[in-house]
Amino acid sequence: MLKINNLHASIDDKAILKGLNIEVKAGEVHAIMGPNGAGKSTLANIVAGKEEYEVTDGTIELNGEDISELAPEERAHNGVFLSFQYPVEIPGVSVTNFIKTAINETRKAKGLEDMPAKDMLKMIREKSELLEIDRKFLSRSLNEGFSGGEKKRNEIFQMAMLDPKLAILDETDSGLDIDALRIVANGVNKLKSRDNAVIVITHYQRLLEYIVPDFVHVLYDGKIVKTGDASLALELEAKGYDWIKKELV
Amino acid sequence: MELKEKIVSSYVAFENDVDLNSEIHDIRSEAFHNFEKLGFPTKKLEEWKYTSLNAVLKNDFSIFPNKENTIEFADVKKYFIHDIDTYKIVFIDGKYSSFLSDTTHDGKDVCLMSSALSKSKYKIVIENYFNKIAKQDNLTSLNTAFANEGAYIYIPKNVEVEKPIQIINFTTGNDTATMVQPRNLIVVEENAHVQIIERHQSLTDNAVLTNVVTEVFAARNATVDFYKIQNDKDNASLVDNTYIEQKTNSVVSVHTFSFGGNITRNNLNFYQRGEHIDSILKGITIIEGKQHVDHHTLVHHIEPNCESHQDYKGIFDERSTGVFNGKVIVNKEAQKTNAYQQNNNVLISDKATINAKPQLEIFADDVKCSHGCTIGQLDNDALFYMQQRGIPKKEGKALLMYAFANTVLESVKIPEVKSRITKLIATKLGVNIGFDL
Repeated sequence: MLKINNLHASIDDKAILKGLNIEVKAGEVHAIMGPNGAGKSTLANIVAGKEEYEVTDGTIELNGEDISELAPEERAHNGVFLSFQYPVEIPGVSVTNFIKTAINETRKAKGLEDMPAKDMLKMIREKSELLEIDRKFLSRSLNEGFSGGEKKRNEIFQMAMLDPKLAILDETDSGLDIDALRIVANGVNKLKSRDNAVIVITHYQRLLEYIVPDFVHVLYDGKIVKTGDASLALELEAKGYDWIKKELV
Repeated sequence: MELKEKIVSSYVAFENDVDLNSEIHDIRSEAFHNFEKLGFPTKKLEEWKYTSLNAVLKNDFSIFPNKENTIEFADVKKYFIHDIDTYKIVFIDGKYSSFLSDTTHDGKDVCLMSSALSKSKYKIVIENYFNKIAKQDNLTSLNTAFANEGAYIYIPKNVEVEKPIQIINFTTGNDTATMVQPRNLIVVEENAHVQIIERHQSLTDNAVLTNVVTEVFAARNATVDFYKIQNDKDNASLVDNTYIEQKTNSVVSVHTFSFGGNITRNNLNFYQRGEHIDSILKGITIIEGKQHVDHHTLVHHIEPNCESHQDYKGIFDERSTGVFNGKVIVNKEAQKTNAYQQNNNVLISDKATINAKPQLEIFADDVKCSHGCTIGQLDNDALFYMQQRGIPKKEGKALLMYAFANTVLESVKIPEVKSRITKLIATKLGVNIGFDL
């Protein structure tokens, strides 16, 4: 699914990723953990195609195709989804209309007609129920005045609507209370299949109790420095990151 | 011959031509002498610092197109709000077109200024209202001097007009350059309600200068909703001088949509003469190329307990230029005034310019007056967010711009006007998305 090879990237001439390798296969869940400033969000943004970052070396392949030159929307059309750590508020655009536009633009890119309104409404109803989202919520302006939990739930709702191949959840657990966390995790689990893959970026083991990873990676100073199974997350939770830093010296 | 000389020398002929009632004659002569003295505005005047008419005035305008030109409805249908029933007062090159119009005298008057100025049955209204609030400045004086044709709307007490009224001024371009000066008078009596849509539309690329004056009087409890659609050709310039007087408990809103034209100058003036008045001034400007749109607003709070709400959004691309000058005067007596002014601008290109100037003159001490003015670029994070969800950059930009301007559209009360404006915005932004937000 996703294969990142020796990725080097910088922003404003400051190197953030320094030779990162990761391979994620269909059907897998990967967790990426690491201290602040290690480059976790940078990795997520680069895979999604944010223009401010400059890839100076390495490749990003999605299903065998190099996507590093593609525009963000083209990557999205190829099945990349990023659940943002800080979803942007867009006053004046309702949740419903935004997702409708996103779906129909994606269909347009694939040479398909707009989705019939009836099907769209049915899907919106199903997916909003999955995320326990109130109907009224859907007519509000996108993310405007949403609580932290509402923003994250809305991200996963959009993920459910767009049905991506590769979903990257960037600190989706931050700002969530325990109930919201359960709803969000439950949503992600229901969307999981043998054909898609999920990368969970998080600081805490908490989310991984609900979304159980096949692999846990530690990202530190722009590189994956350690990989293990779900038990690594528990170890990190208990011991922090210092022991890994020491191992590296 | 310079335009001013040409106008001055044609005044006598004009005066001989119109059916005179002596009072109107006096008003016209006074205005004429005023214009003769003042001439056209120049950039030396503070009020015209950022808007120059010089290049426009160099055209060899035919100032009183005399020919009766006709046009087929099918050719101009798209300029009407045609999917709903409306009254229509239509002019072609300044002359009334009975063929395209749909007027009425049934319980109200939706008809012509030329009739109102010449027929005795309108005499009292004309005496009470004509030129009573229009300023004595240069361009308004010029219009007054030649005031003869335009829309005359009189809505008696307690009448709610059942459908909107469209005032449309077409110019055919049969002359190489045409100057027209429509003069509208709208009187809305106590507890009456009317909706008006105004448009000036050139049908060719020939130069046009429109200098229109509109006076609106809203009596106690009256409601007036006024929509100005400005989407003219690149060679058409417009100076819109609108004066509105409101009495106690009246609500008047003016929405101005400026999407095209060469130079567009809106002088929008509100005078609040009563209490518990609400004045609403809103506008969306989306321009590119070398287009120029200037909004000069004035809200004069004269008496206590009134409100005014201004919300102007501007999007400027390429080398386009914008001006927003929002003046609010709160008299010493106008305690408990609540005056709100918002002007937000987005510059798409680094060659585009906006000159924004809020001007608050507050003489009362117990008032709420707020103003906010922003000039920015499109939010790149929001754009990335949209792209990440599969919305291409161009469509994402359009959606952001539409959302930015949408606070102005929210208060449009005629759904067909709203959908028309939405379509115009989509066309303007070069996208094919519904924006059904």
